Formats: sequence, structure tokens, C-alpha cells
Amino acid sequence: MSLGNQLDTLYRQVIMDHYKNPRNRGQLEGDSLTVNMNNPTCGDRIELQMKVEDGKISDAKFVGEGCSISLSSASMMTQAVKGLSVEDALKLSEIFSAMMLGKDFDEGDFDLGDIEALQGVAKFPARIKCATLSWKAMEKGLQDSAGEEE
Amino acid sequence: MNVQEVRQMFPILHQEVNGHPLVYLDSAATSQKPVQVIEAVEDYYRRYNSNVHRGVHTLGTHATDAYEGAREKIRKFINAHSTEEIIFTRGTTTALNLVATSYARANLGPEDEIVITPMEHHSNIIPWQQVAKHTGATLKYMPLQDDGSISLKDAEETITDKTKIVSVMQVSNVLGAVNPIKDITKIAHKNGAVMVVDGAQSAPHMKVDVKDLDCDFFAFSAHKMCGPTGIGALYGKKKHLEKMEPVEFGGEMIDFVGLQESTWKELPWKFEGGTPIIAGAIGMGAAIDFLTEIGLDNIDAHEEKLVKYAISRIDEVEGVKVYGPEKRAGIVTFNCDDVHPHDVATVLDAEGVAVRAGHHCAQPLMKWLNVTATARASFYLYNTEEEVDVFVKSLIKTKEYFGNVFG
Repeated sequence: MSLGNQLDTLYRQVIMDHYKNPRNRGQLEGDSLTVNMNNPTCGDRIELQMKVEDGKISDAKFVGEGCSISLSSASMMTQAVKGLSVEDALKLSEIFSAMMLGKDFDEGDFDLGDIEALQGVAKFPARIKCATLSWKAMEKGLQDSAGEEE
Repeated sequence: MNVQEVRQMFPILHQEVNGHPLVYLDSAATSQKPVQVIEAVEDYYRRYNSNVHRGVHTLGTHATDAYEGAREKIRKFINAHSTEEIIFTRGTTTALNLVATSYARANLGPEDEIVITPMEHHSNIIPWQQVAKHTGATLKYMPLQDDGSISLKDAEETITDKTKIVSVMQVSNVLGAVNPIKDITKIAHKNGAVMVVDGAQSAPHMKVDVKDLDCDFFAFSAHKMCGPTGIGALYGKKKHLEKMEPVEFGGEMIDFVGLQESTWKELPWKFEGGTPIIAGAIGMGAAIDFLTEIGLDNIDAHEEKLVKYAISRIDEVEGVKVYGPEKRAGIVTFNCDDVHPHDVATVLDAEGVAVRAGHHCAQPLMKWLNVTATARASFYLYNTEEEVDVFVKSLIKTKEYFGNVFG
């Protein structure tokens, strides 16, 4: 059965796959950058851990509770930023923000891969914050750690 | 009460949302407004918009009469002794904050206790947390029964002679539980405490009689009872209000202003600094006229029937858990196996059905229920059994939809 194309643009198969089988779910061993963030209007929360070595994100994992959109987005985000430089990860986050706001965006040299499936969220304004939660956590972690080094 | 006739008075209900007729099941968040209220507000702005309590001119007198007339309607609506006991506020939150900031901070100290319950809305928790921080008083929680109801035995045990304030919601915005306010008030008074009631979810749906409840304060909002947003009222017993200091100072609330010292107007105006929410108050008065004409008992009976029907229909859907006690107001909070409440709400919305998803401003209660979020359908006088059918059908579709994408 189908509830029409509108819902199918939100709940793409690849999103459901990440929701059902989240990548990088769990906790990192040893020292890591840890960020807790929640969405106070709905109760979603995420704990994101990242290892940053020589200006590069070498590993990222998350635990948390939330809806299909927030958890699949966290799964995709951790997958995408692993191996990126801090600078590139922040750039990618800007691209993602533009995508969520339904703005034109230039993906440059980035391979958005699965993330592109989240484009449909832009048409559901009430759900944008679900999708951006983990990205905001990532930005905050990287920015806070950059602040500490300065 | 003829529901179809009632529905005719609510213009907003007659529209399609996402290609389906709107089924509005979010009245516990805010109710819809009948033409009588919309027109009363418009009429004020079109014909007699003026400031109150100062103009010598005709429009000013008209506006003052309407504003103070609304206060009298509220007095009668909750059966208060006099209009001196009715203070206009922005809503329930502001009303509870007024009691906390003015009454509680002046009367509580480190030895004292405040008693609330884990089911309270954030607006009946945080003001008391702040009072506890400022005065050194202890904030205590009455335990809940397994179904979320309050037992008077627990109330007796939690409320002691150290308790100075007891604050409880009359109807839970999540569980739909109807709390035994009159009995809790007796226990509070026996221990020398004042009783504060959050009436945001009760005043719209059932007859409230503050004399009968004997509570010391009662707070409620217009927007949940067919009135405009941004207006509500605090009822307080005169003996308390007289001793309380205003929390907002400025125009409208003064008697005499000197260079160093000023004095306040008498009750209730000393608590209403600044130009009041005139259009809102007039709209609230019109909402009370509307509800009174239909009859709170009729509304209560309609909702009781509807919620019983809704629960029996939801029970037919496998994997849906409903929270709260059996005896409840028109609120059904639930979770659907494997489908997060946000996802439930989005899929229902695609079918034109508006429900709330999230923590409902009750995070401590979510923790007590051991969930992070829930979905909630709430009913009012304009909802029908046919709408319950659409809701349940959409709920089944939601399960199927997610069953398919998981399959």
C-alpha cells in the first residue's frame, strides 16, 4: 500500500535501512570528543563521539533516541564524516543545512551518497530539526575542540 | 448538543489538509475558535478599540465595560466570590509564575516544602524549582499509582506540616487523569498549606467551581477553551491576593506615583501592569458565553462518550499502547510498536489527521512512563465518532506503511 508520493519522498528506502540498521551506533573506546545534544521540543537526544587525529576525523559513533529521521541522519552523518578533515566536515554540514532549508547547494567534491535521500525532509518543515540534530552535535564538537586548541 | 451544528460554528474545521478533510485532534495543545469569538475580537478592533480605565471618551468607556465585563464572565464561570479575585494573565504559565514569584517567594523558607506530582506540565514544575532555589525550600513529588493516578493515601503521606504549597493539575495533559483536587485541597489545608490548581486542561472541559474545590489559586488559559491565545486568568482567594506584591510595575497598576515611592491600585488591577490584553480578554469572555450556552456538562458528556469510543477502537489495533488511567478526560496518549511518535504524527498528518507527538511539556512524566516521547490525540466538543474512525484507520495505515518499509 502507499500513502502517496508525498510520504515516500520523506521515508525513502535508504532512510529506513539506516533507521533499521544504524551504522556507527555505539560508543568509542578511549579518549574522544563527546557531545550531548537534544531537541528540547520533542525529546530526541544524541550522544556523539568523535576521534580527531591530525585534523582528521578518524572515527565517529553515536547513541541516542529519536525518530526514523533523526536516527538515520545520525547514521549517515557519522558514515560521511569519517575520514574527512575537520574543515571538510564543517563544509559538508553547511551543505547539509542548505539542503534541509530547500536551498540550492553545491556539493563540490563531496560524494553525498546516502545523505541525498534526506533531501525530501525539506518538504516537511516540522521534521527538519530531527534531521539536523546529529549534524549540529558534530559542528558543536568540532568547533568546541577548535576553540580549546586556540 | 448537536455536534454537526457545533462544527458549523468553527470555520477552520471545514478545509482539506494534504488532500483529506481535516481531523483536528490536538485541542489539548490549543482548541479551535468559533465565529462568536473571532467576531468579538474583530468587533472590538473595528468598532471600539481604545485603552481601558483611563479614557473619558465614549470608546474608552465601551472598551472598559467590555474588558471588565469579561472579568465578571470569568468570575461566574468558575464561581469565584468577586471579580477582585480574577486577575488577567497571559495564560496558565504566567498565572502559575505569578503565584510562585509573588506568593511563594515571600512566604517560604528553608524549612518549608512544596509538593507537586510527577505528572505536572513543565509550567507547574519549573516555577516551583525556582522558588526552591530562591528560598531554600524543598520540592517534593507525590508518587503516582501504576496507572498514573493519584492516591489520597500517598497525598496524605507526602503532604506534611512542613508543606506550605501543594500544586497539582486538575486534568493531566498526557494521561487524561482527572485528579481529586477537592480531596487534595482538604489534605493541604489540614496541614496549613495553600492549594494551587493548574486548570489548563480542566476549565475547557468540565464545570469548575472554585468555592466547592476550596483551592487557594486556580490558573487557566483561554486558548484551550475556544478563546484567543495570549490571555488567561488567575483566580486567587482575596485574603492571599491582598497580601501579595505585584511582580510587574508600571502603568495601569498604580494608585499614586512619587519620586521615590509609589502605591498600588486595589485588587485585581495591582497585578495588571501595562495596557492589558483587551481584545484577548473580550475574546475570552465570548468563549465563556459560547461554552456556557452549550453547557459544560454537555461538553463533558460528549467527550466522555468520544474517548470511550476511541479507546475501544484503538484496542482493536494490535501493538498500540495507551497510557493513563481508565477514567479519563478527552485525551488519549499512545505509542505504536516500532514506530516513533514523530513518524506516527507525520503519517497521520498526510491523512489530514492532526495529533501531537513529543514529550508534551512533561519530561518528568515521560521519564516516569519510561518513554522519550508519545503521540497524543485529544478531543473537544467539535470532534465526532466518524473522526475517531478516520484516526484509527490512519493509525492502521501507519503501521502498515512502516511494516512495509521494514519488511
